Amino acid sequence: MSTRIRLADVAQTRSGDKADLANIALFAPTDAMYAAIVREVTPERVKKLFGRFVKGEVERYEVPNVRALNFVLHQALDGGGARSLRSDPLGKSY
Amino acid sequence: MTSIRIGAGQGFYGDTPDGAVDVATSGDVRYICFDALAELTMAILQKDRMRNPEGGYTRDLPGFMRRLLPITHAMGIRLITNAGGMNPAGAAEAVRSAARDLGMTDLRVASVTGDDLSMRVDELIAAGVDLRNMDTGDDLASVRARIVFAVVYLGAAPIVEALQRGAEVVVTGRVADASLFVAPMVHELGWAFDDWDRLAAGVVLGHLMECSGQATGGNFSGDWWNIAGLDRVGYPVCEMNDDGTALLTKPRGTGGRVSVDTVKEQLLYEVLDPRRYMNPDVVADFTSVHLEEVAADVVRVSGVHGTQRPDTLKVIAGYLDGWMGTAMIGYSWPDAEPKARRSAELIERLAQRAGLEPLEMVTEVIGIDSLHGDAAPHQDANEVLLRVAARFATEEEAARFPRAAMPLALNGPPFIGGAAGPSGSRALLGVWPARVPRDTVEAGVHVDVHAAGDEA
Repeated sequence: MSTRIRLADVAQTRSGDKADLANIALFAPTDAMYAAIVREVTPERVKKLFGRFVKGEVERYEVPNVRALNFVLHQALDGGGARSLRSDPLGKSY
Repeated sequence: MTSIRIGAGQGFYGDTPDGAVDVATSGDVRYICFDALAELTMAILQKDRMRNPEGGYTRDLPGFMRRLLPITHAMGIRLITNAGGMNPAGAAEAVRSAARDLGMTDLRVASVTGDDLSMRVDELIAAGVDLRNMDTGDDLASVRARIVFAVVYLGAAPIVEALQRGAEVVVTGRVADASLFVAPMVHELGWAFDDWDRLAAGVVLGHLMECSGQATGGNFSGDWWNIAGLDRVGYPVCEMNDDGTALLTKPRGTGGRVSVDTVKEQLLYEVLDPRRYMNPDVVADFTSVHLEEVAADVVRVSGVHGTQRPDTLKVIAGYLDGWMGTAMIGYSWPDAEPKARRSAELIERLAQRAGLEPLEMVTEVIGIDSLHGDAAPHQDANEVLLRVAARFATEEEAARFPRAAMPLALNGPPFIGGAAGPSGSRALLGVWPARVPRDTVEAGVHVDVHAAGDEA
């Protein structure tokens, strides 16, 4: 049996930039939810979700001490903060 | 147990000094550290320095000092800032000038220089230093001719030297954000520069504090609606013990929140591999950090492990990459988005007919997809703002671009949102991250300390 939940309703996130890389940290509130995001939120799904915004690969790191996944998105910011043509050149809203 | 209390005073260029004032008056701190720099900020300050060789530091630095020094000088609180940006020596002079205006001729101000490698790029290449892009692996030759600045991230050591030599205000250029905070810990607690676990603990606390209110309730993705007093958010204050454990809190009577949930978000902010967070003085393992709420608005940070510092230091170079021009027009219901999409097509053709040759264009419908692109769920918006940004080889073309779109105010799809007048063009700077052997730059690092009343 499975249930569908909206990640934004249960998880915390924070995102930021390093040159043309963006990172997104996704925090689960409980151990069970952490196991669920480790299983479900794969780098492939994140890459697919962002589509044309992320031209490079997506890496994922597990940070169990704060029940988090840290995603590193390569070539994700149109060249980076001072080079990007986008409204959010720093990935703050990712 | 010996400990030292340190506060955060600034998270970015443009931040308010109010947070630092609260830290000074109600934080019981002996140091306040100000992080004014980011990759984008270095580019902005370099543009300033290109216009005026006396500039290149944050323009608000004298204002911060005029506001803070009357409070901190009397209390014996020392200030450490990287607001020197591309011109730390000039910035330190500006601080001395502000101090003289306040009658504080005895105020000892230090500058840390040697991070600016702008004039040394050819020398480094000739010495065989490999400056390839550490993200993409590309060779520097592809952008060499367009490089306008290069800076290396320094660690805590030169700031420690300045403190040992009695500086009350230390002004640096591109010192790593967290290292601004590590320096007073090393100085006060007598940590060795090969005590990896303690240095890593310092880096973790510095990292948690460097973005001011972002660790204490600002930009919080949890129940942000319950966080009170964000108009006067308390900037982070830490009490670092000599064993490397610490408490993170905020000044009495301020808004915001310090909890495991607010702090952990900042722990991973702008982090790549959390097991290997690279700082000039240590490699910190962020997966070893233990966070625990021990009282209201007090989080204990412990368990931090570190390993030997890297042999190389990070460099970022900025290179000119064309000019941006932007056209914006608002559209309303009905069919707000289709009107904007049609208008974008028209703008592309108008630009072509005006003889403009964009190297690339980005079309955003603000209200629909500007922030999340393809990830945005589709919905019918009552009103949208069309934004078309284009990159050109020349400033002249970038400036002409929004004018080319102006006829759509009368000749395009019906709109009620209004068209923004032609906006200015902007130089685009690409950021080139690389690494250099530390011995190629450390010999060039210089610490100057003298009082505001001394002859320069």
